[in-house]
Amino acid sequence: MQKYSRELSVAIVLALLLLVMAVAAPAFYDPQPLLSRLAREAPTLIVACGVALVMVAREIDISIGSIFALCGVCAGLLAGSGWPLIAVFGAVVVLGAVLGAMNGALVAGLRLPSIVVTLATMVILREGLRWKQQGAFINLPDAWQWFGLSQRGGQWALIAGALIILAVLAWASRHLAGGRFLYAVGSNAEAARLAGLRPRWITLAVFVFMGALAGLAALLNVVQSPQVDPKSGTGLELKAIAAAVVGGVAVSGGRGNLWGVFVGVLLLACINPALTYLHVEAYWEKAIQGAIILLAVIFDGLRNRRATN
Amino acid sequence: MATLLELRNVTKSFGAVRALRGVSFALEEGEVHALLGENGAGKSTLIKVITGAYALDDGEIQIGGQSVSHLTPARARALGIACIYQQPALFPDLSVAENIALRLEKTSPLHTVGWAARRTRARELLHRIGAEIDPAAEVRTLSMPEQQLVEIACALGAGAHVVIMDEPTASLTQKEQHLLFAVVRDLRAHGVGVIYISHRLEEIFALADRVTVLRDGESVGTNPVDEINESALIKMMVGREVTAIYPPAQSAPGASRLTLKKVGCSQSGVHGIDLELRAGEIVGMAGLVGAGRTELARILFGLTPADTGEIQLGGQAVQITDPRSAIAHGIAYVPEDRRRHGVILEMPIAANTTMAIHAQIFPGTWLRSTAERQLTLDFIRDLGVKTAGPQAPGGSLSGGNQQKIALARWLATKPKVLILDEPTQGVDVGAKSEIYKIIRHLAAEGLAVLMISSDLPEVLGMSDRVLVMRGGTIVAEFPHGVDAHDVMAAALGQKKEAA
Repeated sequence: MQKYSRELSVAIVLALLLLVMAVAAPAFYDPQPLLSRLAREAPTLIVACGVALVMVAREIDISIGSIFALCGVCAGLLAGSGWPLIAVFGAVVVLGAVLGAMNGALVAGLRLPSIVVTLATMVILREGLRWKQQGAFINLPDAWQWFGLSQRGGQWALIAGALIILAVLAWASRHLAGGRFLYAVGSNAEAARLAGLRPRWITLAVFVFMGALAGLAALLNVVQSPQVDPKSGTGLELKAIAAAVVGGVAVSGGRGNLWGVFVGVLLLACINPALTYLHVEAYWEKAIQGAIILLAVIFDGLRNRRATN
Repeated sequence: MATLLELRNVTKSFGAVRALRGVSFALEEGEVHALLGENGAGKSTLIKVITGAYALDDGEIQIGGQSVSHLTPARARALGIACIYQQPALFPDLSVAENIALRLEKTSPLHTVGWAARRTRARELLHRIGAEIDPAAEVRTLSMPEQQLVEIACALGAGAHVVIMDEPTASLTQKEQHLLFAVVRDLRAHGVGVIYISHRLEEIFALADRVTVLRDGESVGTNPVDEINESALIKMMVGREVTAIYPPAQSAPGASRLTLKKVGCSQSGVHGIDLELRAGEIVGMAGLVGAGRTELARILFGLTPADTGEIQLGGQAVQITDPRSAIAHGIAYVPEDRRRHGVILEMPIAANTTMAIHAQIFPGTWLRSTAERQLTLDFIRDLGVKTAGPQAPGGSLSGGNQQKIALARWLATKPKVLILDEPTQGVDVGAKSEIYKIIRHLAAEGLAVLMISSDLPEVLGMSDRVLVMRGGTIVAEFPHGVDAHDVMAAALGQKKEAA
């Protein structure tokens, strides 16, 4: 249990917040708005899982918001030209993977720092998209919204889909060779290389995977509205990284758990509606989120200091 | 002549390790005093005590006849002690004049910089030691010896009476050495005392006035160089009893497992290696730090692949281009720095144990956790690892137990050739003898073992054959039972006839 104390302590904070809401503002739990809020967080959860894995491998990817937007626009354009859902699904995941491979090749192949590489691709992709779309929204065919289901059904489908992906990734990170390799390379790349692993291929792979997840998340976002916003995903990278950090993923690599990331996503997602229901000015949302991130990092810092002493 | 520096009965311990046990040492004005000893004899600790980097546990330091307590690095500098390290600690992007100024200038009240004065001063100091270096040059454009000269200029500028040089010639060419020697002799003529650390005996005889030999943290003796010869010095360095904790060889070596023919790698400076390892044999590799032993291991493991010569495994010529191909060929390498390269401290013991055999433990799809757990438990039992269990993190183990896990990872690959680099470094005595037993047992089971070690008694006690490296190649081979003196003489490059 001590091993998961970090994840548990965040879960306790979340539980306390939910308890306070249950007492002070029971309206927080009204089913329909709650369902909508959760469905809106489904893409964030998927992206946060991806970036958590990137961070476990001791890299970072801040271009995911731009990849997300680009994949969303592509999905909209393809859907408009009559592609069936499943083909669009495949196309955006591949597109995301290709964009991720571009990041990965620069980071692993040329050994460039990932923060700089993905900062550059973030700006390039975002500005390229702005030049192409000029901010114009793309209308989706009617049958697309909520996968053609009812709103309620669609929302449930999104939430279930995101949870399934979370569960599969959490299991895979512990039980598949690829997951083990990520932790090994993120903890100590040189030791991993001496044990016969190929750290650079693993780094490339995690970026490709991140891109594919960003593409998938984009699709889950697109189906939630009748139009595709080309500016969607702005700030998504920070939201995802923040959730991962709050959930106990170490920026220094090798440490983290996707269930912790799940709790982190939920906690950060609760702040805004909680403030609304408690009639606190929503201006405080970002400040409170920042404070939570800071607390998480301080907690980790103290913990590491105790561990080394 | 006045005594510049005197140490009396200096003691320094790190935990249970007694690095210095009552060392006395004196440096006179205008003297070059050489300090000699094996790896780990206490030279570095002694230097750090003198420069104030370590506080001593017991004993006394006198500088210029005054007893000094609580010596700090700043205090030592103020009292005229300067140290020139093998790798000069200069700022590469600043000019020579700026580097000198950083050491010597006091900040003016307004933090203004007198550029002209700064350059003039640098020029004067460099001129005094006969160095032709442009004060405006960026340090990164200077050669290693030039950087050392800048360090010496700093020392002089600071008015140092005691200059410590730690293996200053390790990376110098012959010509550069002569230049450095001239500077050292000039310092001596000006009354500066020089403490000169070197493994090269010929330098000591060419340059020093007196020589002190350290062994196991004790001073074995101080002699004027013209009253002692090389052979006597080596005897002083190695005169240690080989204790009987080494298990004896059990069987005669079998078939050839690994053969090297004229193997070299220009990148790591290893050349002309001829070597044969046979099944069931432990071959010890002795030599000084920097002799190329670890570099040879890295060639065999494909980290810096060989660019000349031929490597044969079981009679077949093979190309080892990366660690994966080495592993595929049945070579295992337990690296020297286990905390950095051996065990992944954050990961569980089980994951560490199976790190090199993931193809078996993740056969195609998912982790066989029961197989992993069983394998780890077997190793924990067989190697006597003291741990809470397979899921305890690697960092929770003691040094000796970490080393056993590093070993387990490689034994799990069922290797034919096992390369051990400093297998007992930082391991306590009890765990040491356990590791020796394991190594001997592995050899008895038919493994060919190459054991690199700077612990001379260990090499002599464990090895069926002892090889000695120096300057990137193998210079001598001895059978089991060889005298420590002969091995040390070969490692130091002393001529055979003189031994």
